[in-house]
Amino acid sequence: MDTVSNTPTPAQKKGNTFRQRLGVFFTDIYKIHLFILRFFREAFVPPFEFKELVRQCYEVGVRSFTLISVTGFIVGFIFTKQSRPSLASFGANSWLPSLVSIAIMRALAPLVTALIASGKVGSSIGAELGSMRVTEQIDAMEVSGTNPFKFLVCTRVLATTLTIPILATYTAFIGLLGGYLNVSVNEGISYTAFVEQFFQPLMFLDFTASLIKSIVFGFTIGIVGCYQGYYSSEGTEGVGKAANGAVVTAMFLVFIEEIIIVQITSNFR
Amino acid sequence: MEKAKANIDYNNTVIKLRGVAKSFEDYAVLRGIDLDLFQGENLVVLGRSGSGKSVLIKLISGLLKPDKGTIEVLGNDVCCLSDKQLRELRIRIGFSFQNSALYDSMTVRKNLEFPLVRNRTNITRKEIDKEVEEVLEAVGLSQTINQMPVELSGGQRKRIGIARTLILNPEIMLYDEPTAGLDPITCIEINELINKVQQQYNTSSIIITHDLTCAKSTGDRIAMLIDGQFQRIGTFEEVFHTNDNRIKPFFDYNFTQ
Repeated sequence: MDTVSNTPTPAQKKGNTFRQRLGVFFTDIYKIHLFILRFFREAFVPPFEFKELVRQCYEVGVRSFTLISVTGFIVGFIFTKQSRPSLASFGANSWLPSLVSIAIMRALAPLVTALIASGKVGSSIGAELGSMRVTEQIDAMEVSGTNPFKFLVCTRVLATTLTIPILATYTAFIGLLGGYLNVSVNEGISYTAFVEQFFQPLMFLDFTASLIKSIVFGFTIGIVGCYQGYYSSEGTEGVGKAANGAVVTAMFLVFIEEIIIVQITSNFR
Repeated sequence: MEKAKANIDYNNTVIKLRGVAKSFEDYAVLRGIDLDLFQGENLVVLGRSGSGKSVLIKLISGLLKPDKGTIEVLGNDVCCLSDKQLRELRIRIGFSFQNSALYDSMTVRKNLEFPLVRNRTNITRKEIDKEVEEVLEAVGLSQTINQMPVELSGGQRKRIGIARTLILNPEIMLYDEPTAGLDPITCIEINELINKVQQQYNTSSIIITHDLTCAKSTGDRIAMLIDGQFQRIGTFEEVFHTNDNRIKPFFDYNFTQ
């Protein structure tokens, strides 16, 4: 038998690998769509896991609270500081609170919250479910007559979807505080005047768009983290991959969604 | 300890497998196996690592689907059940996992309560506490009730895992490597517990193991799984005293060890 003729050439190997990767990519997209459909099919049908949902909301909030507080404050403070020279060159220092409010409410608060939550919450969900899969805890739930998808996935996705908008609102106010501190030190403006100018340029659409964005980001972080963990391959390596995949995929999708939502909302202005 | 005589009803088959085959990609793990488990019987499945023993009980509990064949459990064809029907059937089957699969984030009490509160909606707090205490007493670990799984030894984890399945009063027990990774004395304790469960809860069990001591002391019948098929099924003595060259080395090696 001519063994040489059966050995794939490097070009063939490359072609195979590319084709295989493409196959895996489309299979993943198909599987994640099924996963999302399953979530909508099961999340709103009784029995509901209210206790677990409340516990997960608490976990999501507590896990990110400190980091979001610090980051939100720094973002507000630094953004104000960096924007001042540009506005000062036009003699428009008094517009600083308005600029900060538009930047924070429209973009920074939901985006910063989502990125931090992707890192803290998404990775944690991916690792937790991944380790439960590896140690057969998910199988144990299944054989004891419990629906693990409802108990583990639905509660976590709902928790991130509900909690991240709250965290984003909190980030906005902490960012406002950071911005105010910087403005008050440099311009000596009162808190009342700052808040008044902060909210003046904002429209109802800004709040709505920000809220919708946060809800979409929260859902994305939850579903990606759960998908990665729930279907993680066996072994400890799989747990690491699930955590890493949850963060990277969620962050990437958050940016894509940001672009799409900004394009859509700008049509309504 | 000598195994007490089991009360087996040979006219009542609780698990019936016919022509069951399962492959993973190109590797055929099970190649058309037939098996009957009778009511009240402890059946031990012996075989080498990777011979498909664990796959067999995952197929029975519906965690995996067979490529071919039928699996009938308590009169239900597992492959044809809806998700809801499968969940209802699983309540009647206890599954003890190789690594116990205790929920890490919950105490022993919460681990035991978990299946109970989800499957018996009208149960009161008092009844839950009573059942948890009773099942813990049955496995001899009442003192661990408020401990976390990480604080337990390997043997204790196994016993709590068994207790968690017993709390729903299953008719069938599936044990996946119950003595794997345990010291000889703990192995004896687990073997005694398996026999106690058979007597006290009147269960029919499939015990997956490659531990001959466990097989001898718990099994009413032994099924030898080699190359994806049952090469011999019978009492321990019948399987042990064989001239089959595929089976003999397994026993010789185990006893020289």
